Amino acid sequence: MSVTLVQAVTMALARAMEQDDRVLLLGQDIGVNGGVFRATDGLFKKFGDRRVLDTPISESAIIGSSIGMAAQGLRPVAEIQFMGFLYAGLDQLLSHAGRLRSRTRGRLSCPMVIRTPFGGGIRAPEHHADSLESILAHSPGIRVVIPSSPSRAYGLLLSAIQDPDPVVFMEPIRLYRGSKEPVNDDGGGLPLDTCFVLREGRDVTLVTWGNCVIEVSEAADQLEEEGISAEIIDVASISRLDMDTIFGSVERTGRCVIVHEAALTAGFGAEIAARLADEGLLSLRAPVKRVGGFDTAYPLYRLENHYLPTTHRILEACRAVLDFE
Amino acid sequence: MKTVASFKIQYTQFLDQEGKEVQPLPAEITDTQLAEYYRDMVFCRVFDKKAVALQRTGRISTYAPLIGQEAVDVGIAHAMKRDDVFLPYYRNTGTQILRGVSLIETLLYFGGDERGTAFKETRQDFPTQINLSTQTPHAVGVAMAMKLQGEPHVAVTTVGDGACSKGDFYEAMNLAGVWGAPVLFVAMNNQWAISVPYESQTAAKTLAQKAIAAGIGSEQVDGNDVVAVYDGVGRALALIREGKGPYLIELKTYRLGDHTTADNASRYRSDKEVSEAWKRDPIARLRTYLSARSLWTKDQEEKLLTEMNQRIEAAVEQYLAIEAPRAAGMVEHLFAELPPDLEAQRKILDGM
Repeated sequence: MSVTLVQAVTMALARAMEQDDRVLLLGQDIGVNGGVFRATDGLFKKFGDRRVLDTPISESAIIGSSIGMAAQGLRPVAEIQFMGFLYAGLDQLLSHAGRLRSRTRGRLSCPMVIRTPFGGGIRAPEHHADSLESILAHSPGIRVVIPSSPSRAYGLLLSAIQDPDPVVFMEPIRLYRGSKEPVNDDGGGLPLDTCFVLREGRDVTLVTWGNCVIEVSEAADQLEEEGISAEIIDVASISRLDMDTIFGSVERTGRCVIVHEAALTAGFGAEIAARLADEGLLSLRAPVKRVGGFDTAYPLYRLENHYLPTTHRILEACRAVLDFE
Repeated sequence: MKTVASFKIQYTQFLDQEGKEVQPLPAEITDTQLAEYYRDMVFCRVFDKKAVALQRTGRISTYAPLIGQEAVDVGIAHAMKRDDVFLPYYRNTGTQILRGVSLIETLLYFGGDERGTAFKETRQDFPTQINLSTQTPHAVGVAMAMKLQGEPHVAVTTVGDGACSKGDFYEAMNLAGVWGAPVLFVAMNNQWAISVPYESQTAAKTLAQKAIAAGIGSEQVDGNDVVAVYDGVGRALALIREGKGPYLIELKTYRLGDHTTADNASRYRSDKEVSEAWKRDPIARLRTYLSARSLWTKDQEEKLLTEMNQRIEAAVEQYLAIEAPRAAGMVEHLFAELPPDLEAQRKILDGM
């Protein structure tokens, strides 16, 4: 069946709930309403109010109570309506979810998933467009996973729910309904510690994740018309970062451009660039370039297309590394 | 105008500060139980003094003394059942030990050794919570999991008066109210949040009334009267087990010691206030009551102190003999399975 990314999320949730009765959902408007993006559409009707729990507007208590449930053996999957609202729950996520196993020497653990749509480009109001992957990647004890297609959303979410530790599952907002592809609802998970090579190429490696896959693909198409072959790597698992795939690619291309929509400075691209400098320097034939959001507050929507990495800015970076002598 | 809702906060005390009954003690509390509460309170105080002494001599680090709050620690411990889950703040060392956390685990924790959080006995209890009120949403989750899984247990979480100003406390009570979660919130009102007195913490006359906005039941109890604490917490737990929870109980007490061993309370409160508070000492109160009823003698007191000191000294000796923690221990429990990057860091630590 051909489905959108958000429908693949719903399919994965339903499958996980059928497979394991410890799995339950909680969050704002996720019950009868099926979530503001309809990611839990139909699940309340199917699984009832003991498996799909609407909550008050309390990000901290949503994450905090998930921690308690997980420590007691349930597998909560919480929805934070927009990643920009996650700030109110960060103390619970970073100080507690990520540390409970460590703080009890493995006696208690937090097998839980926080699902949250992230990123801009849909003309949403203020505070609805933030991308916090680098803050999360900097914090111990949690995994950060970002799908960029319906089938990867399905497989990665199933694996995230089965993981014994807390996972933040960042759902790319612009890709929610961007395209459809066939997804086989077979309960198969995808690994949470590997990059996905979306397109193979010889001349330059484009490293990205989430929403930016759209513009990076456009840039690669454009380059192809010019006879330049670009490889696209979807990082997907921000932490646990799979550097081996990136090293392998850069070994062949010698050139790397990293693209993300979060602000450039101290963005996760900096970590990848630093690792390339540390362990991949001799493969590089040009400096690593990064393309990111500007180091400012995410603007109101009239300017958001200027904030987000455009195909044009990605191509400029590609040309800089390709032309480097 | 008409009244659409009205509320009241009730207060319970059995023994006044002179150790006299202000109302008959609950019939189900036997003399043997009273003596046991007394022994446990004395144990808390002896351990507490020892812990402070160990800090002063550099053998543990920052410790939060519980002196003055022995009745709340003992009352809660005795009212709870073994399978209930305790999510304490940092000044409930007494309750933790009475529930089964060992003296050695306690000393290891305050001695900066993570092995002290492994809790061999109270496997489901949460670790000592240092940052404030964050454990209250955890308690709602624990309670909800128990409810959904059909277990008849209660999650009990404690906070200080200062923590009752934080958002998590309100969010947790509100969520618990909506879900009908079997959780008991216990607010230890010891009047001081480090240097900030109760009146500067909140304009609310009681902490108990903070539950009203969440639509859950609450009351205030004399936290220096162990009978009232046991009775109040016990009644609240029974109510919750009947499905009538959640509930907030405020235990009004006084922190006779410093906030922690790193604090000096004489900078912000008067000796007069503290010596007035000593007149409400929970231990002296019960001793007076028990002595007046010939249930406790000077001989028993001396024997008890000797016994407690011996038990604690033996534990201290064992604690001091434990080998230093391995450096790699800091990463080994971060994930169920260590990823390759962390495994590499673990190896570096292992060489240290």
